[in-house]
Amino acid sequence: MSEQAGTINKKITLSRSLKQFISTLSGLVVLLVIFGIGNRNFITTGNLLNVAVQTTPILLIAIGQTYVLISGGIDLSIGSNIALAGVMTAILMKAGVPVPIAIVAGIMAVAIVGIANGALVSFGKLPPFIVTLGTMTAVRGITLTITKGIPISGLPDGFNNIGISKTLGIPNPIYIMIIFAIIFGFILSKTKTGRYTYALGSNAEAARLSGVNSNFSLIKVYMFSAMLAGIAGLVMAARIISAPPTAGMGYELDAVAASVIGGASTMGGEGTIAGTVIGAFIISVLRNGLNLMGISPFIQQIVIGVVIVAAVFFDKIKHNN
Amino acid sequence: MDNYLVELTGISKSFPGVKALDNVNLTLKPGEVVGLLGENGAGKSTLMKVLSGVIQKDEGSIKIKGQEVNFSSPKEAEGAGIAIIHQELNLCRHLTVAENIFLTREQTKFGILSERKSNSKAKEILDSLNLDIKPSDIVGSLQVSKQQMVEISKALSIDSDIIIMDEPTSALTEKEIDELFRIIKHLKAQNKGIIYISHRLEELVHIVDRVTILRDGQYITTMDYKPELLPQVITHMVGREIKDKFPKVHCDIGEEVFSVKNLSTPNGVKAVNFSVKQGEIVAFAGLMGAGRSELVRAIFGADKKTSGETYLKGEAITIKSPRDAIRHGIYCVPEDRKKDGLCIKMSVKHNITLPNLDMTATLDVINKQKESNLCAKIIGKLGIRTPSQEQLVKNLSGGNQQKIVVGKWLARDAKVIFFDEPTRGIDVAAKIEIYNLMNQLKEQGIAVIYVSSELPEVLGLSDRVLVMCNGSLKADLKTEETNQEEVLFYATQYEATEVS
Repeated sequence: MSEQAGTINKKITLSRSLKQFISTLSGLVVLLVIFGIGNRNFITTGNLLNVAVQTTPILLIAIGQTYVLISGGIDLSIGSNIALAGVMTAILMKAGVPVPIAIVAGIMAVAIVGIANGALVSFGKLPPFIVTLGTMTAVRGITLTITKGIPISGLPDGFNNIGISKTLGIPNPIYIMIIFAIIFGFILSKTKTGRYTYALGSNAEAARLSGVNSNFSLIKVYMFSAMLAGIAGLVMAARIISAPPTAGMGYELDAVAASVIGGASTMGGEGTIAGTVIGAFIISVLRNGLNLMGISPFIQQIVIGVVIVAAVFFDKIKHNN
Repeated sequence: MDNYLVELTGISKSFPGVKALDNVNLTLKPGEVVGLLGENGAGKSTLMKVLSGVIQKDEGSIKIKGQEVNFSSPKEAEGAGIAIIHQELNLCRHLTVAENIFLTREQTKFGILSERKSNSKAKEILDSLNLDIKPSDIVGSLQVSKQQMVEISKALSIDSDIIIMDEPTSALTEKEIDELFRIIKHLKAQNKGIIYISHRLEELVHIVDRVTILRDGQYITTMDYKPELLPQVITHMVGREIKDKFPKVHCDIGEEVFSVKNLSTPNGVKAVNFSVKQGEIVAFAGLMGAGRSELVRAIFGADKKTSGETYLKGEAITIKSPRDAIRHGIYCVPEDRKKDGLCIKMSVKHNITLPNLDMTATLDVINKQKESNLCAKIIGKLGIRTPSQEQLVKNLSGGNQQKIVVGKWLARDAKVIFFDEPTRGIDVAAKIEIYNLMNQLKEQGIAVIYVSSELPEVLGLSDRVLVMCNGSLKADLKTEETNQEEVLFYATQYEATEVS
């Protein structure tokens, strides 16, 4: 009996999460076809690798944002964390600290911001929007203060290779993106940490009454988001061989966009990393494709705005049926 | 004398699977207060929803001031002069009193909102009721009783002459209740008709002229109300025979398993002491707002307590959060399953295993096989009817949802389980399954503590009944030596609800 139930289950799970994934994926495929027809330079190895590299920071921060959205919150401090991690690491490297240690220190710095976010949301019972709006502003201020507003450039080659060099013909950021997508996809779907994230976003009180340590779980979620933003910041700094204090402004909303296009709900409890991967690619394919077609960045913004709302709208219609 | 304001005759209403109202009658004259009485689920609210146009009757006739009517919306009922004041007040907390009173009927001058006009009109109404409320007060800053007065003023501002009050005193202090009764008498003098729903039987004497009693959707009787008739009213309310609906199991009573000493909470539980022995089901009875759920939540660590000690098998334990309670083998099936019990967007499996992931995971990684085995075991044990483990909980029936809330604790070693209103809103078959389960747990030596507002159920199932009223424990009764009248008597022992 129970075995039979088990096999039926599997089919249903697959179909449910797959349906969402397939519809987002088919959206991406349609875009690739349109741009491929529209411009012969679009479907080339060089350009597609370029798209993937451009997707890296968006995807990294979108993974973090997806965790936060699933838990029922939002993280607006992502863009500021991008800058803080880059600047911290850059300053330490310029001071002669070995590259790996500087990297770890930069990520630790933003992890502290994430822990503060999580603690204020869980123990402080403050709305995530307000808390992260506050840290977004304050962290940007810290970054501007320690750099006096001037980008830190002239970073060591050992660091820049992260962003610029290739391994086996593929740019390094792409590896970073793949590794973190797999790790955080695994955590979300296969571990207690991931399950509690869904439970908190679905019904925080029911989760607490079931014995979930909600404070600890929330802190973890915001820490993940901050650390992923930090890693994205390092990749970005390595790409341009400079750490500007203004890096990542407005990126937190790209992260929300990628997450919701990929099926995450701003009401909590819903979302997958696979969906977010597609969502992030849809955004960067749109930008790249429209660029190649010579469409102005102003118009691009209109298109991306429409896509965000349309994606959620169609998802809603599907849900209602 | 047939100048009735309201004349309901032979009203019937069915919902899928339930006959909520069966041939019910009710009349209301001008200048009269009619008490509508019955236990939870007797059909009082359904009847009032029919009268106020929220739902439509299947059969019967509704006459308002002699005119046959058939409301298709609350708006139409409002137009006919019917106002309903709900237990949960429907006011915009951030707006002023005047803004609330005239919501959707804003007072304007040259098409522009006129605060002055609206305030002065509101003041007229407030003054006519002798109320100490300013039109410019923000509603959220007023006491609950004052807010209720604003609702009443709103009803008067649309010339309602039929006012329905649903449990108006449940959130009020004694002084506030005096104030409400004063207003009700005032309305009577103005020839308004009032339908008054309340569980607090002894307060009826101060205001009610007649009572109409419903039970299980059936019309029982209407009688003139006199204080000496109270026992008769109670008998009419609970009148049904307790059939063998409650499979009672007798166990030998053993050692004390669990006890609570001097527990108080900030939300009204006052110095409660009780203990549970092996082989007993102990029920908490009382009316809504008696503090039973508050007590259970505080013991379980879900809410704060101001004082109190907890003992498990004689040893003092500290419970500061649900996690502490769970660690000691103390579990709770909360009162409101949708709000506190279930992650509604998640699957059957993920809900059942949520508190049990420690048993299915190593180093944070969940073992899929162990998880679905655990889930299959619980589904089988409780006979949860679901097409699959992956089915979303929101697609299941109330009874099956409730089994999931119960089931998530059954994979663990239990010492004490609290059931807070475990059978609310589920069908009879599922109820009996829950009863049987509670009996099984009792036979296993688990202390079963159970809160229910359904008296027959309490008397049918429990070994001991603890009766609460207004946050205090009023009686500790052996079930076999008590009856509904006695329990209801203790459940209404409010401290001095004297009204002059």
